[in-house]
Amino acid sequence: MNKKTEQKIAFAIFRLLGLLVAGVLFWILGFIIYNGISVISWDFLTAAPAEGMTAGGIFPAIAGTLCLVAGSVTLAFPIGVMSAVYMNEYAGGSWVVRFIRVMTNNLGSIPSIVFGLFGMTLFVNTLGFGDSILAGSCTLGLLVLPLIIRTTEESLKAIPSSFRTGSLALGASKLQTIRKVVLPMAFPNIVTGLILSIGRVSGETAPILFTVAAYFLPKLPDSLFSQVMALPYHLYVIATSGTDIEASRPIAYGTALVLIAIVLSMNLLAATLRKLK
Amino acid sequence: MIQAKDINFYYGDFQALRNISMEIAAHTVTAFIGPSGCGKSTFLRLFNRMNDLIDNTRLTGECLVEGENIYRKSVQVDELRKKVGMVFQKPNPFPKSIFENVAYGLRVNGIRDKKYIARQVEESLKAAALWEEVKDKLKKSAFELSGGQQQRLCIARALAISPSILLMDEPASALDPISTSKIEELIHSLKKDYTIVIVTHNMQQAARVSDKTGFFMLGELIEYDDTKNIFLKPEKEQTQNYITGRFG
Repeated sequence: MNKKTEQKIAFAIFRLLGLLVAGVLFWILGFIIYNGISVISWDFLTAAPAEGMTAGGIFPAIAGTLCLVAGSVTLAFPIGVMSAVYMNEYAGGSWVVRFIRVMTNNLGSIPSIVFGLFGMTLFVNTLGFGDSILAGSCTLGLLVLPLIIRTTEESLKAIPSSFRTGSLALGASKLQTIRKVVLPMAFPNIVTGLILSIGRVSGETAPILFTVAAYFLPKLPDSLFSQVMALPYHLYVIATSGTDIEASRPIAYGTALVLIAIVLSMNLLAATLRKLK
Repeated sequence: MIQAKDINFYYGDFQALRNISMEIAAHTVTAFIGPSGCGKSTFLRLFNRMNDLIDNTRLTGECLVEGENIYRKSVQVDELRKKVGMVFQKPNPFPKSIFENVAYGLRVNGIRDKKYIARQVEESLKAAALWEEVKDKLKKSAFELSGGQQQRLCIARALAISPSILLMDEPASALDPISTSKIEELIHSLKKDYTIVIVTHNMQQAARVSDKTGFFMLGELIEYDDTKNIFLKPEKEQTQNYITGRFG
């Protein structure tokens, strides 16, 4: 076989495999849209579940997920950004930074169910938050911290050092340089990381399983210490342990569709922002 | 204005500067020339302590600016950098408006007086020969300017905080010939108010703009004299070889 044909065949295989990956995604999407689109309506999005979750909507779960996203990001975003600033701007290449970076990556590879159990032990029991938005947000916040740190660090690294030296040479302090030059320049990419974390948080089930999620709670939370329903957990419940699984099947697909729509739109938004910059 | 005494400087184990002593007088233009890696930029960055930003460096000897040893513990580096401004090889304006770029140094040094800032911005832009080109678009982004204009903006930015010394690290090496000649004219006109030290690869440039020239090689100051002596009758053979282009 000559080199040219060999190359043609090799690249054909590579392309096929690449397309296969995209194909799987479209298959899942198509499957969920096909099965779920029929139940999506204004009522579905704004009403509480009814008749043993075989009818009605998923509004409490949407609201709960939004609460958890807001709570976890509020906790994790400032901590993550400041850690990344410390690691990239202040600490140089010292062993402290290498240690933090390795540990951050390790934190990111811990299975999410472990976060769930840890959150239950620490936040729910030891700190006495109970099953609550607060406990769930803390747990999800920990889970998403490595992602925020990494994306922030990447965006800080992308800023050429000439901007920093330019500012320092004008008598600015390091903190002023970071506040007035580095962070504003890194901002679009940091926001991209933030949006990716929102997508991640809204889809996680295991961390909220023992820390906040309610099986059935058709009302809105009234404080940080309330339990809430959440989309991923609701999906799990009606698919496995509802009162009438067959009857609630379309609702499960509808819930999955809403969840995927939220996560995908967050990712798309992040991708668009990255391109705009 | 600047006195360096027995300067030795190390990057880790590598000795970048060897026993350099030099005096630079006020209101003169001094050029540092020499082959790449000869230490001329390292020596320049000693004067506003930019080398502090690099890890694992070591300095012996004394460096005095206006009679004060700038490496004493009690010296505030940001105060020193207000006195000793710097322009870099590649124009590095901030992603802010033209006005805010020039005002930046004033703002970070705690100046709030709007009238003073506006006046200082205008005067600095005039001193940097940029005012006429930008006076109607001060609110526009600095990135809309050409490379040569950006470099003059960086000079204006350095001038705004009223330094007495201006360090220029190959300020024209990234610019086209027309922009380069503008920068050179500018250096000439700034001499009456500032002490200027310029590192350059371009020997014609050194000959055109400077009063005194120092020739560096392998971390040593080979020869330091009036520019016309360096170029017309250098004392050392190495200098002669370099300026006639036999190496480097």
